[in-house]
Amino acid sequence: MTATSPTNRSQIFWLIADTSALAGRSIRLELRRLDGLLVTVLLPVLILLVFVYIFGGALRTPGSYVDYVVPGVVVLTCGYGASLTATALTQDLTTPTIDRLRSLPASPAALFAGHVTAALLRTLFSATLVLVVAVGLGFGAVASPRAWLAAVAVTLLYILAIGWASVLVGVIARSVEAAGGFSFFVLFLPYLSSGFVPPETLPTALRAFAENQPLTPVIESVRALLLGTDLGNHGWKATMWCTSIVVLAIPASARLFNRRTRQ
Amino acid sequence: MDAAVQVEDLQKSFGDRVVLDGVDLAISRGTIFGLLGPNGAGKTTLVRILATLLRFDAGRVRVDGYDVVGQAAAVRRTIGLTGQYASVDDLLTGQENLFLLGRLAHLDRGRARRRTAELLTRFDLEQVAGMRVGTYSGGMRRRLDLAASLIAAPPVVFLDEPTTGLDPRSRRNLWGVIRGLASEGTTILLTTQHLEEADALADEIAVLDHGLVVTRGTPGQLKARIGAERFTAHLEVAADLDRAARLLPTASLDAQARTVTVPLSGPDELRSALNALSEAGIALTRTQVTAPTLDDVFFAVTSTANSETRR
Repeated sequence: MTATSPTNRSQIFWLIADTSALAGRSIRLELRRLDGLLVTVLLPVLILLVFVYIFGGALRTPGSYVDYVVPGVVVLTCGYGASLTATALTQDLTTPTIDRLRSLPASPAALFAGHVTAALLRTLFSATLVLVVAVGLGFGAVASPRAWLAAVAVTLLYILAIGWASVLVGVIARSVEAAGGFSFFVLFLPYLSSGFVPPETLPTALRAFAENQPLTPVIESVRALLLGTDLGNHGWKATMWCTSIVVLAIPASARLFNRRTRQ
Repeated sequence: MDAAVQVEDLQKSFGDRVVLDGVDLAISRGTIFGLLGPNGAGKTTLVRILATLLRFDAGRVRVDGYDVVGQAAAVRRTIGLTGQYASVDDLLTGQENLFLLGRLAHLDRGRARRRTAELLTRFDLEQVAGMRVGTYSGGMRRRLDLAASLIAAPPVVFLDEPTTGLDPRSRRNLWGVIRGLASEGTTILLTTQHLEEADALADEIAVLDHGLVVTRGTPGQLKARIGAERFTAHLEVAADLDRAARLLPTASLDAQARTVTVPLSGPDELRSALNALSEAGIALTRTQVTAPTLDDVFFAVTSTANSETRR
């Protein structure tokens, strides 16, 4: 038998085919790592419960605290879930898996895109779970179907931004532990935004950071869309932030990956 | 040019460290080529370059007629690679691993499924096909890894120390599989640290040391050049050493270890050496016949290295 005959399908066709094959692999691997799966799925729900029942009583926010905090927890869930891409990717890059992949006709870009796709699905699942629990706790979203769609779109964009930023981190990190540090960073970032307390209540320096970091417009957009309040300029700010991160992270990842692997 | 693999004056350094210092190789189609060398000789670096995984500084490398730099995509459709460490996913089953790699090798679903089934049968993994690889033994895992590199039926296969860490029986099994592949016309480049393995499998051997091919030839030629087996007798009494040396003129002595060592060109020499010692009443504590080792190869070839290296 001779080599597989070179196919005349387009590169885009194969990029999509390889991406879905590798996304399927990532999802399968995740579903079989039971401990990791439990943390990914349950941690956001636990955080929601902690804020609503433990801190909620002491916090003063406009309207009910559940309504205030749910968009923050949803965005935290999405960011954390997407950031796990970094460890998964570093894991592949520091094991012989990457040599196997690179000796195949599949493009390495498919490995990145596969991980991000898997992150998207995983994250949407846990975010949905958080919303379901939130409704049970009295979260009163008043959004129209269009506003819901817009909120989902902002969330998707945010997942993509963190997912691709995580690819960049995963390509740079030399060990799985180092890549894991990024997840903690992403998990912590919502605390310095408008996610859990209004930024006006923060000390000046922190407030300046909170008001200008990307998470605040993302959270404010989701909040405004779901609760039917004024969107202001948060929508386009969130879009700009997320798009810029994606647009910068993709070529930077490709470049650093080539440098890392080809020497 | 009919060579499946053609390497000309290949040079590669990592920083100041020269890893390949002008390597020339040609591997004929359908043969097994053994690349022999100690750790750090540059074997893995050479394989990684051939498999398009690593860039190099100078030289020309072609696989199946394709240039590994300019035509990397074509090379990747031609080769199969099994590295030193298993590259399959522990949490997937054997079947899932092979099917996934079939899809990534751009086989259509039907073909990927058929190849998966064929390879599982061929590598005696049918029983465990539905089990996670994490539960496999070392030998099963190695076989799966080898199967993975064959998923697209590549005409050229690189095996980097394929039997490292295997018990003797699994190693023999794998040798059988490798021979079977070659008999179907697959070209195989195999790296190993064991002369025995290269001897058992390879049609041609090159010895790599410090980034240079220090010698090459068929296993027979190589062994003839290195010398044959040696017989070592451990004496009970040190005082007998001189007498033993007089009886065995070709022997070398080690006074501290109380041993005499005689190079053997055949079984007759072993018999006469033993007879001579026993007739003289020299008491022995232990005897030993050793095959030439890789150390001997290096010792033998480095002494003539100046005339053998480079072009």
